[in-house]
Amino acid sequence: MLVLRYQGTTTIPVEAECITPDNLAGKSVTEIATLPAQHGNAQAPLGEFFHVEGDASDCEIAIEGDCSRVKWIGASMTTGRITIHGNVGMHLGSEMKGGEIHVHGAAGDWVGGEMRGGRIHVRGNAGHLVGAAYRGSAAGMRGGVILVDGQAGNEIGNGMRRGLIAIGGDTGDYPGVSMIAGSLFIGGQPGIRLGAGMKRGSIVLLNSKAELLPTFRFDCVCAPVFLRLYLRQLRSWGFPLPPNCNRDLYRRYSGDLVALGKGEVLYRQTQPPAELAS
Amino acid sequence: MLAINDVSIEDTFAEAFPMTAARLVVTAETAGWAYTAGQTATGYAASVIGCDAEAGIERPLSADETPDGRPGVSLLFFAFSRDALQKALINRVGQCILTCPTTACYNGLPVVKEKSIKLGGNLRFFGDGWQFSKKLEGRRYWRLPVMDGEFTCEDVIGTVKGVAGGNFLILGASQAEALAAAEGATAAIRNVPGVIMPFPGGIVRSGSKVGSKYKKLRASTNDAYCPTLRGVVQSALPEGANAVYEIVIDGLDLPAVEEATRVGVRAACRPGILRVTAGNYGGKLGPFHLHLHKLLG
Repeated sequence: MLVLRYQGTTTIPVEAECITPDNLAGKSVTEIATLPAQHGNAQAPLGEFFHVEGDASDCEIAIEGDCSRVKWIGASMTTGRITIHGNVGMHLGSEMKGGEIHVHGAAGDWVGGEMRGGRIHVRGNAGHLVGAAYRGSAAGMRGGVILVDGQAGNEIGNGMRRGLIAIGGDTGDYPGVSMIAGSLFIGGQPGIRLGAGMKRGSIVLLNSKAELLPTFRFDCVCAPVFLRLYLRQLRSWGFPLPPNCNRDLYRRYSGDLVALGKGEVLYRQTQPPAELAS
Repeated sequence: MLAINDVSIEDTFAEAFPMTAARLVVTAETAGWAYTAGQTATGYAASVIGCDAEAGIERPLSADETPDGRPGVSLLFFAFSRDALQKALINRVGQCILTCPTTACYNGLPVVKEKSIKLGGNLRFFGDGWQFSKKLEGRRYWRLPVMDGEFTCEDVIGTVKGVAGGNFLILGASQAEALAAAEGATAAIRNVPGVIMPFPGGIVRSGSKVGSKYKKLRASTNDAYCPTLRGVVQSALPEGANAVYEIVIDGLDLPAVEEATRVGVRAACRPGILRVTAGNYGGKLGPFHLHLHKLLG
């Protein structure tokens, strides 16, 4: 396992796209320390910000320290595992295709932006635009899984096309905006304009009732079997879920009728205790 | 001569042959409805001589053992080719599981892309454009709107080369004693994973031989084991035998069929049984030979 211990003190963002298991495997400690990172408008060696030790040949990287100013960690990675003990900056796992990223702390904006595969698990809060499409892009997340145990910001899953996002706590406004397909689970209270413009896909509210846009129509009260598959899988990943959420009934709404209208919003009919059980 | 509980085991072998096999996991809100769906979907599937597939319920599944946490059943299906199996599964799942209240249908075998069957991917058209798919951990599930909610069905089903036609015959002094022994054998075999007994209750009374005096028939009654014909044909029945039952076993692999034969024959060896033997075609039909003495010795 390779250990990167953050020792930077700068308030200027550090762009460290080079930190992926694919890129670091097979490189010596010295080679890794000399890899270029973008520091503001200048390049600087990675070793200026991280103390490097160990060996990445097993595609395992542990990052220690408060890296909330370090961006693009794990971007485009295809394999291996990155574990971050502390906070992490924007664009974590952007466009990643495989492997796992575990954050024992909070993450910045754009977690898993346009990711294609793999899994990101943030134990704390995340910023805005989790799994979203970059501005001007046709689609956001196209596969993979993003789990955020805590809260998240605005426009979660903006334009997502495939994959799974689960937020344990509250979210900001526009969760699931312009969703093309995929699944978005929210454990807390979502902000306004849930699923605005969604074409297909599922938004599942596990613990709250949202005020839906008038372009969503009530369908029925049901217990969808596919939810049980997802909830069972989420539980196996250690994602915090309300007790009995796989046995409760859900109210189903179709929308957004200003778009294709084949999306769905499901929320639990019975209001459970707010307490979450892991 | 090998004997178990004073029942002689004939030194012969059962002849089995390869067939393409699939395992479905069917769940429902209650164990009763899962069983109903399983029983219906595996009906009229005793022998490929006259059915599109051979099928049976492998075992009931507890809620902890199924993908969606509901009670279920595990079903095995066998056919001569993957194409034939796909056709049979689409028809059977479409008519007997899709239609059954609260059910869902999942794959129960590892999927190798070039050896898989498109099940949900074909049944989805029943959704008439309102079907949705969900992909989770590399597995795609189709959600079809139906009148009690949704039918969830996995997109593709894995297949393996299974072994079909394992068998043994129980020769009893009376019909009652032979049937009791056969029932004991099927009960024991139901505890063996990876096998089914496709005939009614797992027992066959109309064992067959290849061919017939009638040209159109591929199989006809096994006259050598019919007690009523003892006096007029070259009978294979020992003195005192008045009823014969056959147990036919299909399995996902040869060891499973061998184990089923082993426990089945042992359970059948009880008072009133004169002999246990097996059916073969001189080694000309199938590549798998299950020698009773080798298995039980």
